[in-house]
Amino acid sequence: MATTADHFQGHVDDHHGHADHDHKPGFFARWFMSTNHKDIGTMYLIFAIFAGVIGGAVSGIMRAELMHPGIQYLGAVASFFGDDASDFNATLHMWNVLITAHGLIMVFFVVMPATIGGFGNWFIPLMIGAPDMAFPRMNNISFWLTFAGFCSLMMSAFVPGGLGNGAGTGWTVYAPLSTYGSTGPAVDFGIFALHLAGAGSIMGAINLITTIFNMRAPGMTIHKMPLFVWSVLVTAFLLLLALPVLAAAITMLITDRNFGTTFFDPAGGGDPVLYQHLFWFFGHPEVYIMILPAFGMVSQIISTFSKKPVFGYLGMAYAMVAIGVVGFIVWAHHMYTTGLSVNTKMYFTAATMVIAVPTGVKIFSWIATMWGGSLEFKSPMVWSLGFIFLFTVGGVTGVVLANGGVDDVLHDTYYVVAHFHYVLSLGAVTALFAGFYYWFPKMSGRMHSEFLAHVHFWIFFIGVNLIFFPMHFLGLQGMPRRYPDYAEAYTHWNQVATVGYMIMAVSIVIWFINILYAFTAGKRAEGNYWGEGATTLEWTLSSPPPFHQFETLPVIEDAGHH
Amino acid sequence: MKSGLNLRAASRALKAFGLSAALVALPQVAFAAAASPMPAYSTPAAGAPGAQAPVAADKGAGAVEAAGNPLNTSGPTADAAAPGYTPMKPTPGIGMPVDGGIGLQKQFSPFGEYGRWIHDIVLIPLIAAITVFVLALLVWVAVRYNRRANPVASRTSHNTLLEVAWTLVPVLILVCIAVPSIDLIAKQYKPAPKSALTIKITGNQWFWSYGYPDNGDFEVNSYMLNLPGQPVINAGVREVGSKPWDGPSHMEVDNRLVVPAGEPIRLQITAADVIHSFAVPSLWFKLDAVPGRINEKVLFIEKPGVYYGQCSELCGVKHGYMPIAVEALPRAQYNAWVLGHPGGLIDGQKKLIDATAQAPAAGAGETAVPADNASEAVPAVETTSSPAA
Repeated sequence: MATTADHFQGHVDDHHGHADHDHKPGFFARWFMSTNHKDIGTMYLIFAIFAGVIGGAVSGIMRAELMHPGIQYLGAVASFFGDDASDFNATLHMWNVLITAHGLIMVFFVVMPATIGGFGNWFIPLMIGAPDMAFPRMNNISFWLTFAGFCSLMMSAFVPGGLGNGAGTGWTVYAPLSTYGSTGPAVDFGIFALHLAGAGSIMGAINLITTIFNMRAPGMTIHKMPLFVWSVLVTAFLLLLALPVLAAAITMLITDRNFGTTFFDPAGGGDPVLYQHLFWFFGHPEVYIMILPAFGMVSQIISTFSKKPVFGYLGMAYAMVAIGVVGFIVWAHHMYTTGLSVNTKMYFTAATMVIAVPTGVKIFSWIATMWGGSLEFKSPMVWSLGFIFLFTVGGVTGVVLANGGVDDVLHDTYYVVAHFHYVLSLGAVTALFAGFYYWFPKMSGRMHSEFLAHVHFWIFFIGVNLIFFPMHFLGLQGMPRRYPDYAEAYTHWNQVATVGYMIMAVSIVIWFINILYAFTAGKRAEGNYWGEGATTLEWTLSSPPPFHQFETLPVIEDAGHH
Repeated sequence: MKSGLNLRAASRALKAFGLSAALVALPQVAFAAAASPMPAYSTPAAGAPGAQAPVAADKGAGAVEAAGNPLNTSGPTADAAAPGYTPMKPTPGIGMPVDGGIGLQKQFSPFGEYGRWIHDIVLIPLIAAITVFVLALLVWVAVRYNRRANPVASRTSHNTLLEVAWTLVPVLILVCIAVPSIDLIAKQYKPAPKSALTIKITGNQWFWSYGYPDNGDFEVNSYMLNLPGQPVINAGVREVGSKPWDGPSHMEVDNRLVVPAGEPIRLQITAADVIHSFAVPSLWFKLDAVPGRINEKVLFIEKPGVYYGQCSELCGVKHGYMPIAVEALPRAQYNAWVLGHPGGLIDGQKKLIDATAQAPAAGAGETAVPADNASEAVPAVETTSSPAA
């Protein structure tokens, strides 16, 4: 800690120096060698949108393929990536590449960069009254490592990965399918992508923790931090503790694949289930890594548009801490069917259900925040209300899946797919859109169209529900995940889901139109364009904020501010 | 189901290697008479040995058959190895998904019924109520506390009682869920009784093999039937729909996992290459097949029938094309099916055969040497392990 404190001092001096001549560096220096938290945040957001379009296109291919039983389009996709179109195995392999890519892109290159890298970078320093992040250069390398990871993942699609090009292991990269089950360099590229993105995220986490602990404005005690800061703080700790475990596990995969070790190969005394324990020890905190910042954003937005402070602030903050802590001791509920012992299964059932309690506290506190408020239904508020409802649906199906005995029939079916898309695709992503509309004018200085933002919401809401709600039915009927083809009885709901996808895609087009509108015809945004309800420090600055803000540190008075 | 069984019994008898029409009636009658063939099986020694001994000396295979299977009291004349076996015709909508279905499949095991009860009666109403409750609150605050209805916001931000309540009430609800849920887990983990039949299931890329260590240790490989109009998935396997007993496409296989109904079965599951998962939704059964490890769980199927499932752990390119079809038969018919395999033995009959099969009769060869599952020489046997016959 001593060294970080030293750094903090030096860093502030640094910025005072810069601030005297407030000019922006040239294009290359500004965007490729950036040390400015806002610029890096912008780069993270643009990167996440770019990756999201690719990940979304991948899911579009999957939904098209799943509209009818049989294999229709996969052959064409496989030949695009250099496979022999007449090789049916390569065609089927393409499916596994698509599901793998979709999962990895959405988790590591869309949701995480957007929530933590994008909004975290942009608004953590602003909300705590800091001039920048604690380690601006490390911030830069965090981004470029993430970007390099994405490039590595993209490259994996063009090199052999078994019976076709690309890594077809699923985002979980389970051994031994990912070891002796997939020959060729594609899986190595995929693992390398995880290593790079993971290293980037660990550095980002260190940066955020240091910033939040050391660089809060005078008077902003830990219990006065805005809830978004709390959420990112908890998330950063989860990243710091979980990602090294993933790094260890996938390093063992690398050595199993290339250097003759047998960590996960029973023929040499290894155990494939060990990999699953390591992976999910990371993987379960990972889902909270994706959703906690969403909680934080929604808390800010609900409070702003209710014109009320958040209800039960301490309960909200410590509910997130509790979710983070309990999130580390429930991992094996992803492994109920691997042959856990009876006591283990009972324990993980009970522990998993416990998570519903702090989550419930959050849901009820959001509602209580609105209760008695003076609600204004601006677009971020509407997206946040959508988030609360969709996350509730995803949460209650999580309670169903928590039951080890019930999971025996639902595990690895579309019910699970529906569940985690309700909390992530419909939860985290909905919150991301809420955050986007909340902060976009702050970041760009231009107002978006509220009308288009509302239209975007309703079309998106209808679309995603049409995609994912029928998946509960498919799962209850037994349709397994990760299937390119299915029995005819599953056709009906798959078609509904594909129609839902098309509707959702329209909403994304509207979103892009809205961004275009903002930059071409959007009004200039005031400093605090949401009015009296917006009380956190970023609203005291202009929109966009100056290149270097808080040259004089703001002082938080004793009363009132949260 | 009942009529299907009778039909099956009849066609089975018909196929019994050119049996005379008169004999067809006999198994039918025997089947009808033997109301409980399964208990009858468990004590074969009681009535059988004395009566069967001469038969056994005469025709080894027939003897084993007759000992456990009232259907085959036509014994001596049931010439070669086994009566013909015709796979059971599945009942539409039973043991398989239904078009547009929105709930769990109908369950055919005790755990399945319990689990379904927990899901349909405990969990679904509860989660629906919670979701509706949250939605109602959202609608209420939107209507009651919007800017027009409530221009001045209150500053309330704490209410300890309320916060304690919404922490404790969910805890109580979860405890209510946990009680049956934990109970279900405990019940599922009760090991099968010592006497239970053991079946060994091995996941392979991309087919299942089913071993019957208690029945002479023969093994059956199970491949998905090819799909009409699609590239060949399993070379040498016929297309789905080419036989009258074929179930749904993507789920029907060439050789089903044939098991006895109405008794606990010990399934031991492993994998030969990567991880697979043996899953049958209508039997509430899903257990991973992990290389290097044997997972064991008891399966109890209440009714004869065909139950479909699919591999449920990503295992490579044909992950979507290695389904599972479980055919549960009454014990007697199961025994008959067993005896159709080279080296097929009925549980508990090994000694009897060892003692009696010394006779050099030509037809007795296959049961006489069960230990080294020999006898590729009997072509009839091959056909029973693949319904291509």
